[in-house]
Amino acid sequence: MSIDTVENAANTPDQPQPFAELGMKEDEYARVREILGRRPTSSELAIYSVMWSEHCSYKSSRAHLKQFGDKAPQTAALLVGPGENAGVVDVGEGWAVTFKIESHNHPSYVEPHQGAATGVGGIVRDILTMGARPVAVMDSLRFGRIDAPDTARVLPGVVTGIGSYGNCLGLPNVGGEVYFDESYAGNPLVNALCVGVMRTDGIKLAKADGPGNKVVLFGARTGGDGIGGASVLASATFETEGKTKRPSVQVGDPFAEKVLIECCLEIFAADLVVGIQDLGAAGLSCATTELAAAGTGGMDVDLDLAPLRDPTLVPEEILMSESQERMMAVVTPEHLDEFLAVCAKWDVNATVIGTVTDTGRLRMRWHGEQIVDLPPRTAAHEGPVYERPIEKPYDQDALNEHDGHDLPRPRNGSAMRATLLRLAAGPNLADKSWITDQYDRFVMGNTVLAQPEDAGVLRLDESTCRGIALSTDGNGRYTRLDPYAGAQLALAEAYRNVATTGARPLAVTNCLNFGSPEDPAVMWQFTEAVRGLADGCLTLGVPVTGGNVSFYNQTGSTPILPTPVIGMLGVIDDVAKRTPQGFRTDAAVVYLLGDTRDEFGGSEWAHVVHGYLGGQPPTVDLAREQLLAGVLIDAARDGLLDSAHDLAEGGLAQALVESCLRRDAGVRIDLPDGADPFVALFSESTGRALVSVARSEEVRFTDLCAERGLPVARIGVVDLLTPALEVHDLFNLPLRELRTAWAATIPHQFG
Amino acid sequence: MRVGVVTFPGSLDDRDAARAVRIAGAESVALWHADPSLHEVDAVVLPGGFSYGDYLRCGAIARFAPVMESVIAAANDGLPVLGICNGFQVLCESHLLPGALIRNDHRKFVCKEQLLRVDNAATAWTTEYREGQEIVIPLKNGEGGYVADEHTLDELEAEGRVVVRYLNGNPNGSQRDIAGICNAAGNVVGLMPHPEHAVEALTGPGTDGLGFFLSLVGVLA
Repeated sequence: MSIDTVENAANTPDQPQPFAELGMKEDEYARVREILGRRPTSSELAIYSVMWSEHCSYKSSRAHLKQFGDKAPQTAALLVGPGENAGVVDVGEGWAVTFKIESHNHPSYVEPHQGAATGVGGIVRDILTMGARPVAVMDSLRFGRIDAPDTARVLPGVVTGIGSYGNCLGLPNVGGEVYFDESYAGNPLVNALCVGVMRTDGIKLAKADGPGNKVVLFGARTGGDGIGGASVLASATFETEGKTKRPSVQVGDPFAEKVLIECCLEIFAADLVVGIQDLGAAGLSCATTELAAAGTGGMDVDLDLAPLRDPTLVPEEILMSESQERMMAVVTPEHLDEFLAVCAKWDVNATVIGTVTDTGRLRMRWHGEQIVDLPPRTAAHEGPVYERPIEKPYDQDALNEHDGHDLPRPRNGSAMRATLLRLAAGPNLADKSWITDQYDRFVMGNTVLAQPEDAGVLRLDESTCRGIALSTDGNGRYTRLDPYAGAQLALAEAYRNVATTGARPLAVTNCLNFGSPEDPAVMWQFTEAVRGLADGCLTLGVPVTGGNVSFYNQTGSTPILPTPVIGMLGVIDDVAKRTPQGFRTDAAVVYLLGDTRDEFGGSEWAHVVHGYLGGQPPTVDLAREQLLAGVLIDAARDGLLDSAHDLAEGGLAQALVESCLRRDAGVRIDLPDGADPFVALFSESTGRALVSVARSEEVRFTDLCAERGLPVARIGVVDLLTPALEVHDLFNLPLRELRTAWAATIPHQFG
Repeated sequence: MRVGVVTFPGSLDDRDAARAVRIAGAESVALWHADPSLHEVDAVVLPGGFSYGDYLRCGAIARFAPVMESVIAAANDGLPVLGICNGFQVLCESHLLPGALIRNDHRKFVCKEQLLRVDNAATAWTTEYREGQEIVIPLKNGEGGYVADEHTLDELEAEGRVVVRYLNGNPNGSQRDIAGICNAAGNVVGLMPHPEHAVEALTGPGTDGLGFFLSLVGVLA
């Protein structure tokens, strides 16, 4: 096979090139020709096509994502902001935490097990690349209807994929979400979050500095898997090609990654790298262009030195391959031997494939012949930026107008009992332990709280009491009704969940899952959500540290529910003071914090009982969220709380269900005088939490609420001797019956 | 008192095991799979994880690691050895313990707080417990189904070599609800559940697992 060299490209300007097949538009191709002053070689075309894909270049979203920087709240805690592999936050005592959430939606639909597994692997490498030891993972999942035939294919595969990869890496899985809605039937969402810990002086960056320094490719060999994965899989919908894409999903080897993690941490500890980058989407194309662009500016690479799993691969394929478990480091010549010795100790393959230069050019040779010669910034950072047309969906006003106020509501105790059971047994609120019991939550020995708690809480290190809390939240139905509010509601819930455990919310990562950006209605949803999120983060004082946009989540012309998923990181000074979710002390007093309004737009009740979506989502009140969080954090610090649980989907009823079933503790509830019992039980008003307080702390706690001006209602008493959820004058529900209904749904479907 | 904790490529709970050793009051010593020296330790823990990716068969490759030659020889001479989860699999592959561990009968990975009964409180690793004591410690495995031929199972039962047994339902299809066994001398114990994850109330279901490490410290003292 003949190699398309730079010289050949210069001599054959009219040779047709398959830019369209690689997902490039005609004007994008023309721009590449303009940049290079000639036609690109086929290797250069491979690089530009993957680097300028939506997935890598954020060309439809970049203009809008700027707001996260423009509106960023001032905080000294932010050590590294968006743009690096992951953001880094100072959590005190010399510790820094890095965290990020990323989608692997399309691969997980095509090949659920490998798609989800490599989603975990990819985000873990992003965290590792920052210089941190990865310490936990979480995952936010959305599937089609629970009883849809394809959900039976996708869900179990995704769960075993996440489980096998995360378990084998020895990373505890401490939380996440699982929701079902038919809009995700042809487009499941698999968003994986990883968090890592390092000392503040140990942060590593992805840059190739210092001419003469060596470029080392290490980890797994490059194979044919995932070729074109980034640009083809992430940029196209499934309708047209379907099965033919199967081989483009990457295959993961968690053992190789585990060894790579330990190898890298030993390399970091000995301070042996100048810069480091993982190979994820767009593989070598991305790593070489980004490292060079962020550093001195040039790099010479002998591509034929890259170790291959499949010796028949051609340069274009090597450049596009998304083989997993690979890293690229920039190492000074003095440290090279030591670097290679650490790799040898861990049996990690490491090969010097290039050198940093100050030429401002990324040059690659293939057996001595020049096949790439381009300015790396043009591929890495100067891709196209689109101002896509934006238009409110044609049905948006009608959707908001039909608020469902006339949907029949349960009127008596027995009907409300039945409604509570039906919601608790519904797929979205049902017990998820069939899924989460397939994930190791104990490994590393620092897990203080894990799912189904409101947030995962981790001790940073056994030598300190300091810890972090993490939660992910998102609600596609709320966002469909009002994307600006929906993004803020997701943010508010994640913020509330973290505070509920007693941790102070610090920073945000996000995964924005939307349909096609070429659909103006989707772009309206996206821009509204980004604006809402940026405004909300500014108000709450929590910066966005990084994240990911996933577009083209649609089947045909029908997009998924717009689904911004928010990951919130918090810090807690003493993990021993964290507040757990479940009732646990007999005779503890139960309080409802916050205000309850008649709010059922987008609610779980409207969805499960009436299959209805319309009206407005619950009111956003970020000032109230801050007030509530302040009380929850201070009350935890002062040891006033026995338990705390935030109110979200399913309202007070579901919060009671979960608080009771966590430790099989009964409760007797008296709803506030004059309250409409249906609204009190099932409304999804935000800014609320359910807490239990030992009698000895009652006065201190109510005084705290009064002093801060937080509405508080005494609504019941924990009763450990009577295992039942009793709502005075309405119903009595034995916990055994409740558990049976709540726990049966998922196993019944997936066995 | 020095307790070695072996790290194979793919070991995951090595740091947890070392922490448990320290909490019990002993010094933990890191042992490396490629280094045959046991560095004069008084006991060895083979921790959980996926040594060598569990490729081929769980524990089958680790069994041939240079450090294992020394561990096998020392164990046969009476050195206390505890194999947890993957470590149990390595002990079976090494023939220090009989039987084998196969894929869970329900074919899923399982992670849960598991109720166990201590049936043998006389091994080097269980003297802190009472015979018949019920304890809760985490269980997490994909291939934890203990199997052996009927003759071996009868022999284990007759000689009191079933150390811990699953209660409240069998989580992985282990024969006779066996969660852990020991060799005839009682110095080598292997079990699937993870006592090192139940040594601090803050991060585990309780501290029921600490007894394994305290037992060793008591026996060696």
